[in-house]
Amino acid sequence: MIAIESVTVTYDGAPRPVLRDVDLYVDEGELVVVTGPTGAGKSSLLGLLNGLVPHFTGGHLEGSVTVAGLRTEDHRPRELAATVGWVGQDPLAGFVTDTVEEELAYGMEQLGVDPQAMRRRVEETLDLLGITDLRARSLRSLSGGQQQRVAIGAVLTMHPPVLVLDEPTSALDPTSAEDVLATLARLVHDLGTTVVLAEHRLERVVPFADVLVHVGTDGAVTAGPPARMLATSPIAPPLVELGRLAGWDPLPLTVREARRASRTLRKELAELPAPPRPRFDGFGSVSPRGTDPNPTNRGREAPLLTARGVAVRYGPLHAVRGVDLDLPAGSVTALMGRNGSGKSTLLWALQGSGARHGGDVRVAGEDPARLSRTQARRRIGLVPQTASDLLYLESVTAECAAADAEAGAADGTCNALLARLAGTVDPATNPRDLSEGQKLALVLAVQLTAAPRVMLLDEPTRGLDYAAKDALATILRDLAADGGAVLVATHDVEFVAAVADRAAVMAEGEVIAAGDVREVLATSPAFAPQVTKVLGDPWLTVRDVRTALGESR
Amino acid sequence: MPARRARRDLHPGAWWVWALGLAVAATRTYDVLLLGLVIGAASLVVLARRPVAPWAMSFRLYLALGALVVVIRVLFGVLLGGSSTGTVLVDLPQVPLPSWADGVRVLGPITADSLRRSFAAGLQLAALIICVGAANSLANPRRLLKSLPAALYEVGAAVVVAMTLFPQLAESVGRVRRARRLRGDASRNVRALRSIVIPVMEDALDRSMQLAASMDARGYGRKGTADPRARRLTGALLVSGLLGVCVGVYATADLTAPRILAAPMLVVGFAVAGVGFWLSGRKVGHTRYRPDPWRGWEWFTALCGVAVAVAFFADYTLSPVALAGLVVATLPAFVTPEPASPYATLRSSARPRTPEGVAA
Repeated sequence: MIAIESVTVTYDGAPRPVLRDVDLYVDEGELVVVTGPTGAGKSSLLGLLNGLVPHFTGGHLEGSVTVAGLRTEDHRPRELAATVGWVGQDPLAGFVTDTVEEELAYGMEQLGVDPQAMRRRVEETLDLLGITDLRARSLRSLSGGQQQRVAIGAVLTMHPPVLVLDEPTSALDPTSAEDVLATLARLVHDLGTTVVLAEHRLERVVPFADVLVHVGTDGAVTAGPPARMLATSPIAPPLVELGRLAGWDPLPLTVREARRASRTLRKELAELPAPPRPRFDGFGSVSPRGTDPNPTNRGREAPLLTARGVAVRYGPLHAVRGVDLDLPAGSVTALMGRNGSGKSTLLWALQGSGARHGGDVRVAGEDPARLSRTQARRRIGLVPQTASDLLYLESVTAECAAADAEAGAADGTCNALLARLAGTVDPATNPRDLSEGQKLALVLAVQLTAAPRVMLLDEPTRGLDYAAKDALATILRDLAADGGAVLVATHDVEFVAAVADRAAVMAEGEVIAAGDVREVLATSPAFAPQVTKVLGDPWLTVRDVRTALGESR
Repeated sequence: MPARRARRDLHPGAWWVWALGLAVAATRTYDVLLLGLVIGAASLVVLARRPVAPWAMSFRLYLALGALVVVIRVLFGVLLGGSSTGTVLVDLPQVPLPSWADGVRVLGPITADSLRRSFAAGLQLAALIICVGAANSLANPRRLLKSLPAALYEVGAAVVVAMTLFPQLAESVGRVRRARRLRGDASRNVRALRSIVIPVMEDALDRSMQLAASMDARGYGRKGTADPRARRLTGALLVSGLLGVCVGVYATADLTAPRILAAPMLVVGFAVAGVGFWLSGRKVGHTRYRPDPWRGWEWFTALCGVAVAVAFFADYTLSPVALAGLVVATLPAFVTPEPASPYATLRSSARPRTPEGVAA
């Protein structure tokens, strides 16, 4: 169905090719997962399939790409529209019309499909994706998962044999992501559609995948069956890491396989104590249970941030209703919940820059909303969801200098912080050219220049690969170890398992579960990390297991 | 009420024809009472038949704009004076002007006559504005764009994209300004402006690129590439046709122009442009998804508009004919089907969009 033969892609002005000597063959009805570090050329590989590379992006293409018998060299993306359905990273940015039904019909209108057939296909697609009740809704009023399904539907109406998706689940909460992936799996199995998708969070897609494609930073591409690829891959989902640790062969790709393979490991672990995690008292009304071998004294201090009854309204909508939250020093708290449950609103209200219509927030005894912005950010910092909103200068050096001046910090403070967070970054680089991870580190450094003790982060893991997420986890743990308090809103369950001590789950603007991260995650089917699904409470991460086994052996 | 008719939105074109008919009627008369009745008829139909939708909420603005126009027109009437005949109400001194400004009067006596005339002229302008506002409130502008002739498809698509991007831009400005506060107190100098403009522009550029990629990948511009000769021909037809229409309109308005340039030129211009539209429309390979149908009620509504215009052409004084025309113009308020916009259900079910809601 897809044949990529000795393809090398070099963008104009780039010193080296983004993809080098790629050979890739995909059969009909396969689900292909493309993975690799951020900025390694996953999107370029996907763009090759419908001719966006090089027709739209520019650059030089060597070799040939053939999709369903059509060479992309001779056909522009618009002519391949009926062959390759391409869904970009941000579905909202790709919408052309304003209601669901018109969006589904848009592609067919361009193709000149007969109105009768058009009507029928729209109805069929609405049913196929389970979005019939959304047909007349405005696209902007939909949730993230619904938007993603509409975007998929909008290309499906053209009946393309190949579907290409760029990180379809990166912005979605675990449940919506499952919905979208289930939809894709259904297309592969029921309609025989060939699906190619890029994804960072392998843990969710690997069970569905027939082929795993890895794009390296040097532009080299390797492909193979997931089990074989993951056996040697430096990046692997927690299940595979667990399998490697326990020496299982073949490596488990689904929780079911791992459960079967893990009988002896579970027996062995049952006799071992759970690895210590810092625990604290006084999180709302939920008291931590269990015994902690290493109670730390830091947590006994008064919390750095206390929020009581925080409420935020937008017109008739109660975005946050009566949230109580404590952030103790030395802890990382994860804030979870489905898209639109009020996480972002709560973060902004806590920082004091966002609206707050009720309740009280105290950071070191003061309400940040009543302080000047400069004073507030010395106590509590926030990294917003679109971190690059904070960056506006031409070079990293200039941003750092501006940050020092704004925070009234000594010259070089921000630079030193950045070096600590991101290693060496070329100071002359334009911030917009940094990788997602580096950009995040820069914004974090800018915010930390004011030396706040409480740091809030909104969805920092979006678009980060495993390595960047590990680095971020280390940074956040370090901040906590220095006596700070961190609150991070995220959908990434595995990240939470790796970084957080405590977790709170929001729904409909209320905190519905709060407490020790183990209790919150382990008891919820949606939020349980893979290791917990296999080994049960209290095991959250492979590192926990490795530590426990290492101590016993 | 007898059995309820199925709710449906009338074709936007029908409302436009109706409103333009009213507007034409308004241009025919300076009778204050008739103009008031025209405005009343337009308002009545809007109140009865506008859908619950964002664009339909703008009618109040048009009413306010109309009132403003009347006030300004009257003020100008006073300021620049008018005739010196009739009953003098207030005798303001006239400002002496140098000789080169001969014919222009500033201030001077205000007569009841000049006041009434400037009020009527202002009211006429206000009635025109309100008629256009009525059409805008009754018809979904996006549906109207979808109903454009096929030749104007590209223009329509561009306008739709702009309408989509504009609220996004406003949203992005709000988001960046909020983020800006996170970096400390926002100062109000050039630098602060730049700290907002640069991320917003970057965001807008990003979105436009994504939108363009998405449109390209979904087949936009795939058909409709005619060969250059045919394209030149249709272009020439369109341009010359529209030129002819312009000349015709000018000649109709300017009574000193030769009559051959008036009505005949207008007809020829429309014909040539029409052929151009038809030719270029034939080249476009698009189809329309669920185009708005044009059925009996559309004919009825459009004819009501035409009827009132004709009535005013026949007799533009306060007479039974004009009044009958106005009554006909209000008929759509009572007999056409009620609107069934999807937005009616949407507004109650959708949560309001907030910066956070969008970000989340």
